[in-house]
Amino acid sequence: MSNTKLKSVDVVVVGSGVVGSIMSMELASAGLSVVCLERGRSFDVNTDFYKPNVYDELKFDRHSDIFQNLARDTITFRNNNAQTALPMREMGAFKPGEMVGGTAVHWGGNARRFLPHDFEMRSRIEQRYGKSFIPEDCNLQDWGITWDEVEPYYDQFEHIFGVGGKSGNLNGEIQAGGNPHEGSRSREYPNPPTRPSYEGRLFADAASSLGYVPFQGPTAAMTQDYRNLYRVQMLECARGGFCSSHVCAQGAKANPLTSVHPALARQPTFELRPLCNVLRVNKDSTGKKATGVTYIDARGNEVEQPGSIVVLGAYCFSNTRLLLLSGIGIPYDPRTGKGVVGRNYSYQQGGSVHVFFDDREFNPFIGGGQLNTSIDEFNGDVIDRGPLGFIGCAYVNTSARGAAPIKGKVVPPGTPRWGGEWKKAVAHNYRRNMAITIHGTCLSYQHNYLDLDPTYKDAYGLPLLRMTFDWNDNELRMMKYLDERCTEIGRALNGSGLGGKNKGTHFGITGYQSTHNVGGAVMGSNPWTSVVNKYMQSWDVSNLFVVGGSAFPQNPANGPTETIGMLACWAADAIKENYVRNPGSLV
Amino acid sequence: MTLSDNLIGASYVYLLEPEVRFLEAAVEHLIPTDELGPGARDAGVVVYIDRQLASSWGVHGRMYRGGPWMEGTPQQGYQSRFTPQEVYRIAISEIDQHCKTAFGRPFAQLAGDRQLRLLKQLEKDEIALPSLSSKFFFDLLWRNTDEGYFADPLYGGNRDKVGWKLLGFPGLPTSEYRRLVTSSEPYHAEPVSVLDVQTGKVPVDAEGFPKHVIIKRDR
Ligand SMILES: Cc1cc2nc3c(=O)[nH]c(=O)nc-3n(C[C@H](O)[C@H](O)[C@H](O)COP(=O)(O)OP(=O)(O)OC[C@H]3O[C@@H](n4cnc5c(N)ncnc54)[C@H](O)[C@@H]3O)c2cc1C
Ligand code: SF4
Repeated sequence: MSNTKLKSVDVVVVGSGVVGSIMSMELASAGLSVVCLERGRSFDVNTDFYKPNVYDELKFDRHSDIFQNLARDTITFRNNNAQTALPMREMGAFKPGEMVGGTAVHWGGNARRFLPHDFEMRSRIEQRYGKSFIPEDCNLQDWGITWDEVEPYYDQFEHIFGVGGKSGNLNGEIQAGGNPHEGSRSREYPNPPTRPSYEGRLFADAASSLGYVPFQGPTAAMTQDYRNLYRVQMLECARGGFCSSHVCAQGAKANPLTSVHPALARQPTFELRPLCNVLRVNKDSTGKKATGVTYIDARGNEVEQPGSIVVLGAYCFSNTRLLLLSGIGIPYDPRTGKGVVGRNYSYQQGGSVHVFFDDREFNPFIGGGQLNTSIDEFNGDVIDRGPLGFIGCAYVNTSARGAAPIKGKVVPPGTPRWGGEWKKAVAHNYRRNMAITIHGTCLSYQHNYLDLDPTYKDAYGLPLLRMTFDWNDNELRMMKYLDERCTEIGRALNGSGLGGKNKGTHFGITGYQSTHNVGGAVMGSNPWTSVVNKYMQSWDVSNLFVVGGSAFPQNPANGPTETIGMLACWAADAIKENYVRNPGSLV
Repeated sequence: MTLSDNLIGASYVYLLEPEVRFLEAAVEHLIPTDELGPGARDAGVVVYIDRQLASSWGVHGRMYRGGPWMEGTPQQGYQSRFTPQEVYRIAISEIDQHCKTAFGRPFAQLAGDRQLRLLKQLEKDEIALPSLSSKFFFDLLWRNTDEGYFADPLYGGNRDKVGWKLLGFPGLPTSEYRRLVTSSEPYHAEPVSVLDVQTGKVPVDAEGFPKHVIIKRDR
């Protein structure tokens, strides 16, 4: 192993996913020299992912080599402090990626903005229901940003990811056909909305009959051929299923590989270095400035890459872990509630109600590309949760799932788990059910957090990240309420029966749920309760920006990626417009 | 030729003969042959399991394998010190040993209803095996059986696409799906697999999508 110190660059970016690619693109196109370090390898969308091989459920659902290689690095997990955390040995509840392009290369493409409410959740709940409405152990926090500030950056991201949809609120005016509860947008979506599937039409009728306002949910799968803001061409979605968790061979699903990297490769001041695993951020003697990062390159050499600015865009887990390994920020201590790094780790609530039919047959295998029909009446602060006694919200939808044969089979409750009866039930119901899906908030709590594991190490001998996390009563109450509402919609569909997916009262890391891990390095306006300020700049090390879902103080309902992309655009703008001219704290 | 005459499953990479016999008997209870079509045995699920065990998954190539090992809670997932290869080898020999002690023969030679009862006991962790939890083994076996019956035939199971025919799943999509996605007409086609396209059995169009043979149905 040799030690090398390279020439300094303007910006060192860690990770090449949504955050890493967009920040690299924005900063390199502003003329800064950028080196992007990525632990995974380079893939070519054309030669690595092609038909028919992409239509392989077993591979992409279970054994893919584009998911994080857990043999080298994983997390440990426990439900609470009294347990011993054990390593996540298999990929289960979530599937972080490890490749140039990151996790979103195999994402689902559900591209929703958060609601204005979400950024000011604490203030709005306090205002409406009073302080005492918030559970004592809940670290509910405002983000330090407002809708009006960040709206232009949502718009920018949507023109990078070619999001298709119909606005429901254009410059303050409610629009028919869109989501009436969304925040006011300055422009229409860059692409038209999807057209509803059969299931979507049935859902829309049932929802309307109950007074809800259905709309076609936004998607980052192209609804028409589209050339994006970076002048990269994407093609219309083919609705062939094998979508979420798979790589799109159609060039239709926006992701860093299809929407950003082709343009990035043309930037003269940009260099991508795959197969480089960053170990830590280095600091100068004052501890207040980052001098660059140290990584292990493909041949096993330890390399120091100095830089004037360091950007961490390495996903919630690595962002938090790199801060802890580098001794930046005070680690969170759940016993005292003091410290910030690792605090407010959170996740996503989800569930579904299935409606079975004897007299209707669907084509559940046709779909994908997030073709969904949604309602937002349970999202944001639309409903009064005072009498319901919980904080939180959700969007509800029905999607043309592209149901695959291993994971997409649903049977009515009471069906045996295997055997002849199970076989009959599977055969009868695969094409005769539709799902109403709930996608809900998850608040942050004092006892849910990330820190370094005392026992288990990664392939480089460094401690694994330890997750201590469980569901809370507030979320379980919310899900019970939503389950009842969705059951009502289900009844209005006049099926032959109803069923549901209940995850149980304890969070478990088996069985895919979502790769919506957030928090650990949250943003805010108070350095005692946040790791980064509103511009994603470290409070402690002013030339370090920590960007991603790691910055969410708690998890809103709408899926993280649109907001992660927005925050990347927002932080890049703050760096090139303000920081570069006047290095130092931006607030 | 019926499916069971087609002995592509005659060669095994990892599994030993007694293991093949055990698994053929066991998976046939999990997904039995009935009027709807072949069960897991004739679908080649044992071949599938063999190939999986011989793959990098069988040795947990991309999984975290470091100790210390503790059983953990159900929420903590797979915590065995054993790789899937070892789980199958150890569990099958210990279950066969249990059967020999209790009934004088290995699992595969017991009457069907006795086998069924034993599987239910394994599932409930009611059989104390010396080295691992019987439920842990059963859950892995069921997961792999389900995969083998419904994964692409590329992997040795789902022979003749029986799993997909059972569901009415047409396999790979066609270029028509972008139009059909809004349709309320049930669409039925002969399933096409990755294997079919890779081996040239089914032609593809300029975009790389296969052509489907539509199944006409009385409605
Ligand atoms: C199956 C699936 C479906 C999803 N569907 C949706 C959806 O429909 N809607 C939605 O909003 N979100 C969805 N997501 C989530 C979405 O993929 C993530 O939110 C998004 O990718 C996060 O972007 P990121 O840039 O923060 O991180 P990533 O995309 O994970 O990029 C981080 C990169 O950093 C690299 N890295 C990590 N550590 C190091 C290190 N130490 N050194 C060097 N490199 C490192 C990683 O290899 C990775 O490439 C889905 C995810 C999955 C897996
Ligand atoms: S459904 Fe659309 S976005 Fe998804 S993989 Fe197919 S073409 Fe790509």
